[in-house]
Amino acid sequence: MSKKITGAESLVKSLEHADVEVVFGIPGGAILPVYDPLMDSPTVRHILVRHEQGAGHAAEGYASASNRVGVCMATSGPGATNLVTPIADAHMDSVPMVAITGQVPSQFIGSDAFQEADIRGITMPITKHNYLITRAEDIPRAIKEAFHLASSGRPGPVLVDITKDALQASAEFVWPTSIDLPGYKPTTKPHARQIKDAARMIVESHRPVFYVGGGVIRSKADKELRQLAELTGIPVVTTLMARGAFPDSHVQHMGMPGMHGTVGAVGALQKADLLIVLGARFDDRVTGKLESFSPKSKVIHIDIDPAEIGKNRHADIPIVADVREAIAQLIPAITSEFDAGNRADLTAWWITLNHWRETYPLGYDTPSDGTLSPQYVIERLGKISGPETIYTAGVGQHQMWAAQFIGYEYPNTWLNSGGLGTMGYSIPAAMGAKVGCPDKTVWAIDGDGCFQMTNQELATCTINDIQIKVALINNASLGMVRQWQNLFYNERYSNTDLNSHSVPDFVKLADAYGCHGIRVTKAEEVDKAIEKSMELNDAPVVIDFQVHRDAMVWPMVAAGTGNDEIQFARDIAPTWERGDD
Amino acid sequence: MARHTLSILVQDQPGVLARISALFSRRGYNIESLAVGTTETEGVSRMTVVVNVDDHALEQVTKQLNKLINVLKIVELDDSTAISRELMLIKVKADDASRSKVLEFVELFRAKVVDVGSDAVTIEATGSRDKLEALLDVLAPHGVKEIVQSGVVALARGGRSIADRSAKNPDRT
Repeated sequence: MSKKITGAESLVKSLEHADVEVVFGIPGGAILPVYDPLMDSPTVRHILVRHEQGAGHAAEGYASASNRVGVCMATSGPGATNLVTPIADAHMDSVPMVAITGQVPSQFIGSDAFQEADIRGITMPITKHNYLITRAEDIPRAIKEAFHLASSGRPGPVLVDITKDALQASAEFVWPTSIDLPGYKPTTKPHARQIKDAARMIVESHRPVFYVGGGVIRSKADKELRQLAELTGIPVVTTLMARGAFPDSHVQHMGMPGMHGTVGAVGALQKADLLIVLGARFDDRVTGKLESFSPKSKVIHIDIDPAEIGKNRHADIPIVADVREAIAQLIPAITSEFDAGNRADLTAWWITLNHWRETYPLGYDTPSDGTLSPQYVIERLGKISGPETIYTAGVGQHQMWAAQFIGYEYPNTWLNSGGLGTMGYSIPAAMGAKVGCPDKTVWAIDGDGCFQMTNQELATCTINDIQIKVALINNASLGMVRQWQNLFYNERYSNTDLNSHSVPDFVKLADAYGCHGIRVTKAEEVDKAIEKSMELNDAPVVIDFQVHRDAMVWPMVAAGTGNDEIQFARDIAPTWERGDD
Repeated sequence: MARHTLSILVQDQPGVLARISALFSRRGYNIESLAVGTTETEGVSRMTVVVNVDDHALEQVTKQLNKLINVLKIVELDDSTAISRELMLIKVKADDASRSKVLEFVELFRAKVVDVGSDAVTIEATGSRDKLEALLDVLAPHGVKEIVQSGVVALARGGRSIADRSAKNPDRT
């Protein structure tokens, strides 16, 4: 048998066996034993961040861009609790992530020791699973299981909390050859009868829609989806989490549904007679008021998580499966229905859809006072940097505009915090994405509110030569909240003015962090600044786009109302075809 | 809303009770009764949980429980095909004048007196919830000083064990 090594060495070896190439983290007392052998690992690179939240979002960005498991590490107590937000974020958006935390020595657990926090208890409801490890010999199995759980089935975050005495004790290192989790058997293969029934329902439907969610990206089903869509000629909508799962340039793409979706996409869902739901979960931001959501449609719901099926909306045909396998089986099933002459005519449906699309395209007003339009900036960025770029966003108006005005053609090129809505996601996520995909251009589109929550990771980027580019959509306010105050609180702008056109000076801040800082205030400067940023390759770039603060995100379905009440622009509601009502 | 009894087999690991009870509260369901104990299989515990929810909520809570890695199997036991019991200890006032009347009820309900004092007796009773409620009703006029009761435990009738029944069945919705 092999000689004994410390738990800390065993952890590093386990990470090597799990093919981890990078860990984002910060050392501290309880996790310190790990950092010594970590220094010598030939394969595991550690990137020292400036805040544990940054480590967590970086791991998410890395995972979402590269389809690998992201890893973050922190010490006990505050180190661990600072990971709570990104862990919750990863849980909501099904991001495969392993978080490793140090814990006080086992004999001190429960004594309110220095830097003690019950992080296993705290993260129980926001992890797929978590561990508290108190013995060195249990470390390899926990790590092996953690990576398996994080990346299989419906992906998600797994936390492994390890006591300091377990890290310091000695044990033989044995990397388990198998995984024994009798309570964890995700169903990946669809039920054949259900597929057959679904195929029949699809070909017979006159107003079907593919309602595509983030699950299609997580299961790498974009090629199969495109095949299925083109086989059937059925319209596609992609949710905020699914942008890029189906090319925006495709003629069958109706855009994004939901609170700030296109009229065409929202209308398609509302007036459909069949929703084919692929890896989506009827989030309230998509459905609006549930009772009036898509009232006349039947539902085929395909998801790997059985608990999502029937949670918010009854499924007429439930299919628990990996969405890629399910689509792969739907294609021949539908083909044989077509061969048998079963095929409903979608011509009338497309006439309606195209009418909505042409009548209510996405658009925006250019400010008359010569100030910069935020939508214009984002639109130009998308055009100049192109669809091969990875775009990350924070949360708020800039996030919605980035989802609306950039054309996404490929999966894993749009990373954002969809479920939890975490301000501050963008910069560290972009950092992680750039580490995961070093050959890609990575643009962090951020708001001035979000940016001030996590911008210290620019130091990490500069020092580690992680060349992200930041398009700061600076409207000097918490823009989305301000929009709601404008619409629903009589324009009383309580605590949404950030004054960030003057404080801080973001160009100086960029300079202080060793980044290039560029300020843009006029439309004619936009292209030049973006092009110049694309050429700079010796440090990260921050462009402070000082934009008009009264721009609003349209269309909009106000919170708590039904999708039929969508407003195309302020006080302008689309007229639906009478016959479809 | 209706009362449902869930039998949950779990891996006997630290924190598993917290995971299960926290899941109920996080998803907004109230546990009426909870009993935990070991089983015939080493390393496997059995929880009997009684919840008062509608069918949709029951389906949701079952699916969410199934997602917990330490949960091995969940079976709903309904009253017509399962035996369910709870245990109650009742301290009731009983002096020389009333003791014989109290003991008569003990006899009628096939309960047991487990402790006798000069002014009170302690009764041990097992049975279904209805039976225990009926016993409490008849004892109430004498003055119930204190009660303590266990959670419900339940077992399906017939020769099959929970291990023979279909495992997690995610396709069922």
